[in-house]
Amino acid sequence: MNIVEKILARASYRDKVSPDDVIFADIDKVMVHDVSGPGVIKVFDKLKKQGINVDKLWDPSKVWVAEDHFVPSAEKISAENIVKLQNFTKNYGIEKHFKYGMGQYGICHTLSHEEALVLPGEVYVGGDSHTNTTGALGAFACGLGHTDIAYVLLNGKIWFKVPETLYFKLNGKLPDHVMAKDLILKIIGDIGTDGGAYRTMQFGGSGIDEMSVESRLTLCNMTTEAGAKNGIVEPDQKVTDYLTARGANNITLVKGDSDAEYAKVYEYESSEMEPTVAKPFSPENTIVVREAPNVDLDKSYIGSCTGAKYEDLEAAAKILKGRKVKIRTEVLPAAISIYKRAMENGLLKIFLDAGVTVGPPTCGACCGAHMGVLAKDEICISTTNRNFPGRMGHVDSQTYLSSPLVAAASAVTGKITDPRDLN
Amino acid sequence: MKGNVIKYERDNIDTDVIIPGQYLKIHDYNELASHAMEGLDPNFHTKVKEGDFILSGKNFGCGSSREHAPIALSHSGIKAVLALSFARIFYRNAVDGAFLLPIEIDENTYQRISEGDEINIDISSNEIKNITKNQTYPMKPFSEIIGKIIEAGGLFKYKPD
Repeated sequence: MNIVEKILARASYRDKVSPDDVIFADIDKVMVHDVSGPGVIKVFDKLKKQGINVDKLWDPSKVWVAEDHFVPSAEKISAENIVKLQNFTKNYGIEKHFKYGMGQYGICHTLSHEEALVLPGEVYVGGDSHTNTTGALGAFACGLGHTDIAYVLLNGKIWFKVPETLYFKLNGKLPDHVMAKDLILKIIGDIGTDGGAYRTMQFGGSGIDEMSVESRLTLCNMTTEAGAKNGIVEPDQKVTDYLTARGANNITLVKGDSDAEYAKVYEYESSEMEPTVAKPFSPENTIVVREAPNVDLDKSYIGSCTGAKYEDLEAAAKILKGRKVKIRTEVLPAAISIYKRAMENGLLKIFLDAGVTVGPPTCGACCGAHMGVLAKDEICISTTNRNFPGRMGHVDSQTYLSSPLVAAASAVTGKITDPRDLN
Repeated sequence: MKGNVIKYERDNIDTDVIIPGQYLKIHDYNELASHAMEGLDPNFHTKVKEGDFILSGKNFGCGSSREHAPIALSHSGIKAVLALSFARIFYRNAVDGAFLLPIEIDENTYQRISEGDEINIDISSNEIKNITKNQTYPMKPFSEIIGKIIEAGGLFKYKPD
């Protein structure tokens, strides 16, 4: 069995599972945020009317809650959702609620790794499509809707069809100017936004061994944009060290068998990778930066679960150090812990000196929610994950998806820029 | 199940156009319905009628896990979406929450059904009858678990064996 099959076999009390088997898997961890939480509360209200008991969760200690999409609240509906969420966690005895303005908080997927909330080998579901991110820690991590999350919260399990696995093998270490974001954009460009549909996308090879945990998180994060059920990397010592440094213990590294089967294997050579962007209006619409259209950008956005981890900010700072931005540029660290490290290590000063606006952790403009959304006809380069029509604001705005290096280089020139071509 | 077809002849209709991100804070189902398809077809809410179907290409509902998407469509009156393929979270949200039927069709059926056609969907025989054109097409049968959840009326009413 491969790693996903092993995790799902364990979670469904079977010796073996194969692709297409339908199982009910025990869930180890579950997450809701300020969009899916109120959605789940609404489902609970409906269930109550149907006479279903929703008085108790199956295990509040396995649940954690993030405030990320509409925080800090810009208007009263968002503010009311935060109050609802607060009452929900209080009523159900959920202790792990990361509240903004009260210490550590941030984007749910970022907290999953920054706070070591999910461990290798676990089955983790979240009320958000980018839950796939956390598969980089060697967990089966998968996004679900409100009804499914409500079911998990009450029953501790959910049905899955065991997915086939597509294996992406990366040979060699990525060059300095190329980031994991460029690789995953290249992959999505190759296989399309349904190229991973209903399947697992697993990443391996010497290039992945060489890669930091945070870069692997970027890869798994955007498996969602290829339609994948989940993304995963077999955990190694780097994952153990990463999680241990964040307070985790009792880490067991689950790996696939040597005779594990994959539906298809794709190979990529690191030396052939180039800085890449996805043009509007699809993440599969990729092109290497040096061939990208010569458009005048209005904005550069460095944020989100995809592109505002510490490593992402470090990459942007490397470019922005001693330079000035030519277009509106926002940096929104994805969690307070990252914000703090960026402050302690001088990154915030580099950003502010360059003219950047540094904002609080939030999903913000990535999903067109608030804080820097785009006006009609505005063009943005962004370290986020989607560029569908209207994704970041007006339906006639445009978003180019890129790595933090490219977003920072483009902030300096006002054009889509390969970091190697900066003076 | 009988109704008229609203056809969007394109692939990858994503959740950001089905219900734009700015509305994710809203959990009133009727208010969500008033913004359904706003990112693609601002006139959708004026032309949709109770019992209508949407017909579209491949990868319908790609993008986010927002259950707002099937909710906005179903509370607009949409009873089923017929598409060449579906994104996985939209598909399971539609079924598990019993909002609407996601029906997979083949290319031929996709081409032959036109905007405004009146069709009848029969999930017991896996057949779609085009009343307007007097044609019959196959639909892809639901997998066993999906069929059982639909029959039960959603995940919460489904009793695993």
